[in-house]
Amino acid sequence: MAVPKLEQLSKSVVQGPSLATGAIPTKDWMDIPVHFHEGNYAYPAKKEKVEYLNSQKGLFFPNAREWSPEDDDWKLPENWKEIILNGLKERLDKFRSLKIFMDCCVRCGACADKCHFFLGTGDPKNMPVLRAELLRSVYRNDFTLAGKILGRMAGAREMTVGVLKEWFMYSYQCTECRRCSVFCPYGIDTAEVTMMLRELLHLVGVGINWILEPASNSNRTGNHMGLQPHTFKDNVDFLTDDIENLTGIRITPTFNRKGAEVLFITPSADVFAEPGLYTAMGYLLLFEAIGLDYTWSTYASEGGNFGLFTNNETMKKLNAKMYAEAKRLGVKWILGGECGHMWRVLHQYMDTMNGPADFLEIPKSPITGTVFDNAASTKMVHISEFTADLIKNGKLKLDKSRNSHVKATFHDSCNTSRAMGLLDEPRYILDHVVDWVEMPENTIREQTFCCGSGTGLNTDEIMELRMRSGLPRANAVKYVHEKHDVNMLSCVCAIDRATLTSLMNYWNPDVRVCGVTELVGNALVLEGETRGELDDGLRTML
Amino acid sequence: MKYAFSFLAVIALILIAGVGSQIAGMPYFFGVFVPYVAIAVFLVGFVYRVVQWAKSPVPFSIQTTCGQGKSLEFIKHNRLEAPDTTAEVVARMLLEIFTFRSLFRNTKSEIYDGPKITYESSKWLWLFGIVFHYSFLIVVIRHMRLFLNPVPEVVAFLDWADSMFEIGTPSMYMTTAGLIAGAALLFSRRLVNRHVRYISLANDYFPLVLIFAIGVTGALMRHFLRDGIDIVAIKQLAVGLVTFHPVIDGEIGAIFYIHVFLVASLLVYFPFSKLMHLGGVFLSPTRNMKNNSRAVRHTNPWNPDIKPHSYAGYEDEFREFMVDAGIPVEKELPAQKDEA
Repeated sequence: MAVPKLEQLSKSVVQGPSLATGAIPTKDWMDIPVHFHEGNYAYPAKKEKVEYLNSQKGLFFPNAREWSPEDDDWKLPENWKEIILNGLKERLDKFRSLKIFMDCCVRCGACADKCHFFLGTGDPKNMPVLRAELLRSVYRNDFTLAGKILGRMAGAREMTVGVLKEWFMYSYQCTECRRCSVFCPYGIDTAEVTMMLRELLHLVGVGINWILEPASNSNRTGNHMGLQPHTFKDNVDFLTDDIENLTGIRITPTFNRKGAEVLFITPSADVFAEPGLYTAMGYLLLFEAIGLDYTWSTYASEGGNFGLFTNNETMKKLNAKMYAEAKRLGVKWILGGECGHMWRVLHQYMDTMNGPADFLEIPKSPITGTVFDNAASTKMVHISEFTADLIKNGKLKLDKSRNSHVKATFHDSCNTSRAMGLLDEPRYILDHVVDWVEMPENTIREQTFCCGSGTGLNTDEIMELRMRSGLPRANAVKYVHEKHDVNMLSCVCAIDRATLTSLMNYWNPDVRVCGVTELVGNALVLEGETRGELDDGLRTML
Repeated sequence: MKYAFSFLAVIALILIAGVGSQIAGMPYFFGVFVPYVAIAVFLVGFVYRVVQWAKSPVPFSIQTTCGQGKSLEFIKHNRLEAPDTTAEVVARMLLEIFTFRSLFRNTKSEIYDGPKITYESSKWLWLFGIVFHYSFLIVVIRHMRLFLNPVPEVVAFLDWADSMFEIGTPSMYMTTAGLIAGAALLFSRRLVNRHVRYISLANDYFPLVLIFAIGVTGALMRHFLRDGIDIVAIKQLAVGLVTFHPVIDGEIGAIFYIHVFLVASLLVYFPFSKLMHLGGVFLSPTRNMKNNSRAVRHTNPWNPDIKPHSYAGYEDEFREFMVDAGIPVEKELPAQKDEA
């Protein structure tokens, strides 16, 4: 699907029929059916990927088939409605959050214009409150007294194929960024609602390929890119060649090495594609500079977790590799690279799902002696925490002038900010390695805007949607680009590095995207280096 | 026309009580039976709903952090927005419940040509909400003077403070005005704000209209329709209800029964509606959990037994490549059979 020209889309987001800018639909939302056409949906999961996942122990992905959202008949199982309603009942009994969030919303509208999808599309069903009402209306109809008696008068409606299609449309126009939950007076978290919708849809075989293929790759090869062990190693080795060319330093990282002190896990995209590659070079340089005794793993070679975008069983299964590998290799603790949703899983789910990790030790920096008490149970430390501590203790020799070609700003990832509270560690690092400025206050920290393509939505066939939903973020970058000549958008997230690059190319082509550790790598002064003038840091072409 | 329906429903309730209470023998129905049933439904219903919520576990630690989490010593921890201890959680919850802190954050976004998106602070909803809820709370506490004998000092003090401006005779309560104005403002907001108008259901308008009518009938009784309002008889009935010896002595005007019937309707409606946010706000996992999930393990009672795709299975599939690439393996390749 071709993406509209910049001028076209710029006009459309302001003047198009949009509730965000003033047009109120004349029909009640329950009377507006969804319409699928090329460009407004992500492609359904391939049959063989669904079959593979369904064959894995502990996972349940039924009804593998060829189908298209554009077809009238989605080839649902005959008893699909029963499956959905039973699935909903089961989840109401398993998740208090779901019950509370179904019952407590007063429709005050505080969340309405907080959603980047709503701001970019103006579609009323992208207001978080209405996204939740898509499910809440069915919940009322089948699980509440008021809904059973009063029906539509009480906002209830029957579960139909039309409703199911609506769920598919709008649970894949939410990136589970949780910005709405910051503003909700009851903390209602649309991410929970979206997760439940997606879980329910998987029960009848409705899912998208851009999530299920990476999930099955992660299961089989250890990483979502599907890199096999030798390829993964080759990719890292290429980076060490580049580093040698640039700095004269030869780094020889190890893989699957037993007895290393630390296991390092980062999103596989960092060793696979630009601009993540430069972030990975930053990791390699950093660990070399401090002489860290660490190993990569090819088996647990994915930090990201596509299970988070699928269902809690898949999340658990994919995440379980980290502890399994840490145990097998006999490391003391785990260090995690820059990634947003990966860190939501590590901070809020991993220990619960796959702990207790009593075979590991409380993380202690071998360089500074700092004990990371905040990770005492999970035993996994964020690279920004680790690096900030190194800087604070004067263990890194940094030359800020090596980043003089960069004027940076910082994008908080949804998950690290709102599901972890990691806000000031990356800022502390930036203060020491680069000249940088903040974006406007309603777009940063806990109020940060999503890149627009998280939770497995960074697929090309929905590029227009992505450019729309990324608009609030892009707009804030544009502001600092124009006001402060910002030319680099730094972040601590691998999905961001991929998606913000597309977003910047579209809305702000003069701004590039990088990981914070790339800027650290740029500024690091290593012993024995023979580094010339690198006028573009680690990106310099020699 | 969802709001019109709400008006009709409330008018119907008013008519039922207004006309019904004038039929001989019916004052006991409206003055005794209905209040008892309403209180019973409210209490049982409220507890039932909270128990139903509490029966579902909280499988994962899903706090929403709205500030810096506890981390390194030199990184300033935001104890209210990313609480690490129970005391910090309690502080966060108290501020949420008593000051509507999240609503205070509210912003309004606008999209201009360019495109250019702006966000500005918007505290109207917070203000309306605070006026409405606090007025309602004080009105409820004030009413205790009718049910308790002697009147506790706190209630007497509130009564005095609430009417300290001595406007009119008997002097007007500020919170009566606050409750009526709050309900009216929240209702108007539902009609004026385009986002909220589009999402509002009949069950959003109905409680506002009902509470508005409760406030108005209360004010009418105190200030305007005083004929037949025998305050001694009302107090006797109220105290009688509490002590389970209800007596209706003498004539009490229809407006009283209307007021009571509307309140009873609200009580009955309460547990089956969104008004349960009163209880739910305490139980919301994104707000009432500690952000210490990496320091202390949270347990899930139904944690399924799911193992990862095993390392052994992985190595079996890729062993040859791994050996070729010099990656350590657990099991070496089988020795090549010497053909010669």
